[in-house]
Amino acid sequence: MAVMSYADAAKLAVAEAMREDDRVWCVGEDLGRGGVFKQYTGLVEEFGPKRISDAPISEAAIMGAAFGAAMVGTRPIVEMRFADFALCATDELVNQIAKARFMFGGQSRAPMVIRKPMGMWRSSAAQHSQSLEGWYAHIPGLVVCCPATPQDNYAMMRAAIACDDPVVYLEHKNIWALEGEVDTSLRGEFGKARLRRSGGDVTIVSWSDTANVAEAAAGALADRGIAAEVIDLISLWPWDKRAVLDSVRKTGRLIVAHEAVAVGGFGAEVVATVAQSGARLSAPPVRLGAPRSLVSYAPNLEDKLRVTAAMIAEAADKMMEAEPA
Amino acid sequence: MSLRNFDTRAGLARLILMERIRAFEETARRAAVEEGLVLGAIHLSIGQEAVAVGLIESLRRDDYITSTHRGHGHTLAKGADPQAMMKELLGRAGGCCGGKGGSMHIADFGVGMLGANGVVSANITIAAGAAHGVKLLGGDQVVVCFFGDGAANRGPFLEGLNWAGVFDLPILFVCEDNRYSASTLTAAMTSGNVAGRARALGLRVTEIDGNDVEELAQVAAEITARIRETGQPEFLHALTYRLDGHTYFDPATYRPEGEAERMRAERDPIARQRELLFEAGLSVAELNTVREAARDEMAAALEAARAAPWPDEASVFDDVQDVGSPAMEAF
Repeated sequence: MAVMSYADAAKLAVAEAMREDDRVWCVGEDLGRGGVFKQYTGLVEEFGPKRISDAPISEAAIMGAAFGAAMVGTRPIVEMRFADFALCATDELVNQIAKARFMFGGQSRAPMVIRKPMGMWRSSAAQHSQSLEGWYAHIPGLVVCCPATPQDNYAMMRAAIACDDPVVYLEHKNIWALEGEVDTSLRGEFGKARLRRSGGDVTIVSWSDTANVAEAAAGALADRGIAAEVIDLISLWPWDKRAVLDSVRKTGRLIVAHEAVAVGGFGAEVVATVAQSGARLSAPPVRLGAPRSLVSYAPNLEDKLRVTAAMIAEAADKMMEAEPA
Repeated sequence: MSLRNFDTRAGLARLILMERIRAFEETARRAAVEEGLVLGAIHLSIGQEAVAVGLIESLRRDDYITSTHRGHGHTLAKGADPQAMMKELLGRAGGCCGGKGGSMHIADFGVGMLGANGVVSANITIAAGAAHGVKLLGGDQVVVCFFGDGAANRGPFLEGLNWAGVFDLPILFVCEDNRYSASTLTAAMTSGNVAGRARALGLRVTEIDGNDVEELAQVAAEITARIRETGQPEFLHALTYRLDGHTYFDPATYRPEGEAERMRAERDPIARQRELLFEAGLSVAELNTVREAARDEMAAALEAARAAPWPDEASVFDDVQDVGSPAMEAF
């Protein structure tokens, strides 16, 4: 198994898929120079500028044109540069791409991967730091994926390119350089969570880079004799309800942790689903997310919005101390 | 249009198609107003039929078009089945979108009609992308993108035209300028002019009387042949007029008194084509037969639609998505 970075794992998946299928192509700003995060470096040399296509700074046209090209038989990978900039193409994604197949009675498909680098990245401030995955999970027609490791970024990218539905693919900017082993024989499966750590005391559900934070928290908890089970959902739609419900039935305790603003965040969906399932909890469930505030430039202010391993561990400690209901 | 070089057969075919479009829309309007059979808003292209007919005549079946909320004419002209279209307007099974889209999302991919669109201007980038896809796949199809004058004031107009120019795409942008952005005079809300914007973006621009189907057909044939050969985008600004309101229930009282009546009397593209054919030797009876045949065809389409059942309720979860389909996930 090769060791590679989170960025290179996705790049390898893109390159392999492009070698296998001439219909796959990438389009976005600066791709000819490797993309703003170098996640396309070297691809234009292999595939040429038509298939690794530069684009004007026209997010609506990048998204809309890629959709038009998908309708006539190509399989575009759309690079939005920052998840924040993708908001300039919201009509194209939400009103057009997500709805076309249904509105046209099944006549069209939009096999697209829409890459939106997300999340806090030191001192990038309010317009380059957002985690908006919950918005997209709310939109019928979209698949939503937030991988947290090099292995999953490889395997899920392969799955996303092979998928005939539009996939909103959110890579976390803070972990482009994160290295890990990648088995290139693996293909991801949407709606199948990864068990990052087993444990019988408390279930911690997370995704994207916060899943890595949760795993670190579980390590700290283990040192104190608390066995936390960490579930990385990987995809938010579909999401692995079964894995979460099975785990909570075992532990009786649920923490959901994500970087996005807690209010209206996908953590609420997870907690509500567990509540509706009737699973018996021995402590009230906990949602950890950002306060409903904005990401700052100053590091100390930015950090006030982060969900840390210490916060997750503290929540677990309190749950363990609480009297069983 | 003079009678010199007038091809009576082709001219008659154009009249037939324009009459069919008008009969379709008048039938749909009656079904909406008198019987409530058409359920949502419909936007009629009455008075604008020549643009659809003149432009689409030069396209092959495998060429693509995208349309707007005012898309019945384009869809019929591209070859869609009026019965399937009427069923769609009534929200019935057998509608071209299974009853899920209605008038504003009418589409027939089988004839290269890639969809009407409920969002003004949104189809411009999509059409540019269809042309981009054609080029990537090595095809020789041409894409025609229809939109109204109001669309020139949204961002996708700039982004889509620029895109087509940057990537040298085989697309014709057709601005059907009917003067009104819903109930607002477009000129009052537009700085500069639409054709000037297209020129500034480097596109070859042709301005044309959008109510003269003969001239439209001739010019469109030249332009689409040139696009197919050169692969370069072009822009056609067709001056037309919306004889009805924005929607069928809009009385359009915001228009200057007498404007619509004058346009109907002087510039109705169907009346003009009838006159031309009369001068070329067709009798009034023959011309009336064309109109009656169109009305009969659309009356039959309405009867078929009226008789069609509602869509199967299970289809509400079909065609949302394969992965995470609501059929499996809803609870």
